[in-house]
Amino acid sequence: MELAIFIITALIALVGAGAMIMSRNAVHSALFLLLNFAAIAILYLLLRAPFLFAVQLIVYTGAIMVLFLFVVMLLGAERAEDERDAIAWQKPLAIGLSVILFIEALIVSFRNGFAALPELSAEAEQIGAPETIGQVLFSKYLLPFEITSIILLVAIIGVIVLNQRRKTVS
Amino acid sequence: MIQPPQIDFSVIGALTVLCVWGIALLLIDAFFIAEGQKRVTGYLALAGLAVAALVGLPSWGQSSNTFSGMVQLDGFSQTLIWIFLLAAAITIVISLDYLPRHDIEKGEYYPLVLFATAGMVLLAQSTNLIVMFLAIELVSIPLYILAGFAYPRVTSEEAAMKYLLLGAFASGFFVYGLALIYGQTGTVQLFSVDGSDSIASYLDRATLVAENNVFLFAGSALILVTLGFKVALVPFHNWTPDVYEGSPTPIAAFMSVGTKGAAFAALLRFLVQALPNLQAIWMPILAILAALTMIVGNIGALKQLNVKRMLAYSSVGHAGYITLAVITGTTLGTNAFLFYILAYTLTNLGAFAVLIALEKQGESAWSLEDLSGLWQRQPLLAVAMAIFMLSLAGVPPTMGFVGKFYIFSAAWEGGLVWLAAIGVITSAISAFFYLRIIARMFMYEPTRAEEASLSRALKVGLAVAAVAVLLLGLIPTPIIELVNNSLLVAAR
Amino acid sequence: MTQAVSLEYVLIVAAALFCIGLFGALARRNLISMLMGIELMLNAVNINLVAFWRYLEPSYVTGQVFVLFIIAVAAAEAAVGLAMVIAVYRSRTTLQADEVDSLKG
Repeated sequence: MELAIFIITALIALVGAGAMIMSRNAVHSALFLLLNFAAIAILYLLLRAPFLFAVQLIVYTGAIMVLFLFVVMLLGAERAEDERDAIAWQKPLAIGLSVILFIEALIVSFRNGFAALPELSAEAEQIGAPETIGQVLFSKYLLPFEITSIILLVAIIGVIVLNQRRKTVS
Repeated sequence: MIQPPQIDFSVIGALTVLCVWGIALLLIDAFFIAEGQKRVTGYLALAGLAVAALVGLPSWGQSSNTFSGMVQLDGFSQTLIWIFLLAAAITIVISLDYLPRHDIEKGEYYPLVLFATAGMVLLAQSTNLIVMFLAIELVSIPLYILAGFAYPRVTSEEAAMKYLLLGAFASGFFVYGLALIYGQTGTVQLFSVDGSDSIASYLDRATLVAENNVFLFAGSALILVTLGFKVALVPFHNWTPDVYEGSPTPIAAFMSVGTKGAAFAALLRFLVQALPNLQAIWMPILAILAALTMIVGNIGALKQLNVKRMLAYSSVGHAGYITLAVITGTTLGTNAFLFYILAYTLTNLGAFAVLIALEKQGESAWSLEDLSGLWQRQPLLAVAMAIFMLSLAGVPPTMGFVGKFYIFSAAWEGGLVWLAAIGVITSAISAFFYLRIIARMFMYEPTRAEEASLSRALKVGLAVAAVAVLLLGLIPTPIIELVNNSLLVAAR
Repeated sequence: MTQAVSLEYVLIVAAALFCIGLFGALARRNLISMLMGIELMLNAVNINLVAFWRYLEPSYVTGQVFVLFIIAVAAAEAAVGLAMVIAVYRSRTTLQADEVDSLKG
């Protein structure tokens, strides 16, 4: 059962990602990516990480992708890319790179004999809970957490600075 | 109940000062400093940098860590912190007049420089891959924004976009590497003093059979790619000329010394502290990359007629020399690394400052032609530029010479004789294009009538850099003593 | 759980998504699509981290904490990237990467 759910979710994620790359319309791309992110959220649930499931849905599908869609539509940039390919060398390179990396990953993964999914004890079940994550975040990983806040602050300033035009453009 | 961790603030003193002062400065700038008075914000930022430098003094020579060993303060990181603070200070000084002259003066500029400096400081101190990742982002994101600061010039937007896309792309590789290493070793701590789990202790335990450690090898390779991109090692160097040319000149200067130094510090920590047992594997690979970087960077610079692009290629070449010091893995190599970073910081910031003096609003005076006859127009500027060019070429009696000598002797003792030989040969090649600039300045007739705009702040910045490069080249002993005392804490 | 999902499968899905993202970031010429490719790469890494946490050391929550940091950084990068896209678009009404090329090297 678990395997069946996993396979279906993984397929949806992969198809979503593939369609994101293939579709020439930026709005379609963004919507496919949304689908992909939702599938990844389900994978988190399957791996018993309910907190990340919620974060993934709220932050990625809810905030980041909406931002993407908003920008695409604001700029009216959803029109199809023209087929003429000025950087023709990039495509074979990208395909080659991707295929090689993927084959490598396949080999790497099958060479390592890892145990199958361990059963979670009742105690371990507690570990994925938001309380535990919060405790670790605010004790051991306090410094990275604070740095993240500075990074987000910098991003906020950046967005304002980059789009604030002077009234006097010479 | 959450137990707040014990924090040793002496370890993260400079980082705390920079972050807190950066945030405070944003507010001060927004509410108290009027449009057109923004250079006051710059002076306040300089004060913050000075405080950050002073808080390091009491704990000099000690070695301690905090946050479960994620950040380390040792002599190595303290010296680097001082170098980064100096680089940031010179960057701000040479920006004070550059910004209004190009009509891009905004108060946010200075806090962003402070945040990027905070990221460099953290990168020099981090002994944990997740902290390293966040530090890289804290360096990069402000610099993406600063690269796009000169927006009336379209090339600035383009440079920023290019830098952001490639930087974000590289971060993707870094975190993938981090995930693989975490999967293999169960930890992302580079090393630990108290013997708790770390990559180094994993390698001590594990038998080094390649099949059992595929994730570790693949992950390390991905992390090396990212750091190689950040320091502009060949073949990950292609972004440098475009980004340096498009960015505002002070920011290009800051990137060429600050980002490079910080990423090299992270590279050194990753190689020497986490993977000392694998030196037999990474040393030959990086030695070849270093050789390629020296050759490609210096040959690329030969062809450039645009001085800013030439300096970008020359910075690629210098990345090769610094790699040479990093991969020896010896104490001598670490000392040579610190000395060279300081020499390069002073020299390169100075050279970019000369370009700033020649730049007028909306036009770029970066071709060789613009330097013709500088001796007759601005003798002092020409002399300063000559000093910087000689130092970059590694001609005595400048700091660049001592730095190169230091690095080549470290490589020689580390058994990398062939690499030291390539270093000497490429230095000789590089002398050609550095001396070409000097010849232009002193032997040609001026082709441009305009006067260079030397403001007081720029004069101060140039004078400090030029005098330091010359003086510390003649009497390098105090700096050599400083770097000799800057010990890197090692796992064993 | 009779038919358990083994770690390999999760890692392969993550690797495939990473490669698709990599391809998207390299091959697409629309700046927004390139950013989307990068977001996909970071998501694939997150799957990896969660899987390693779940299979190898479920008693520490470290892997999940890393995911949170990466999500925060990805959000910051996306925000700055999109702001730049808007700035580029305003000044030249194109988002095709090969038309943004006044810098030649």
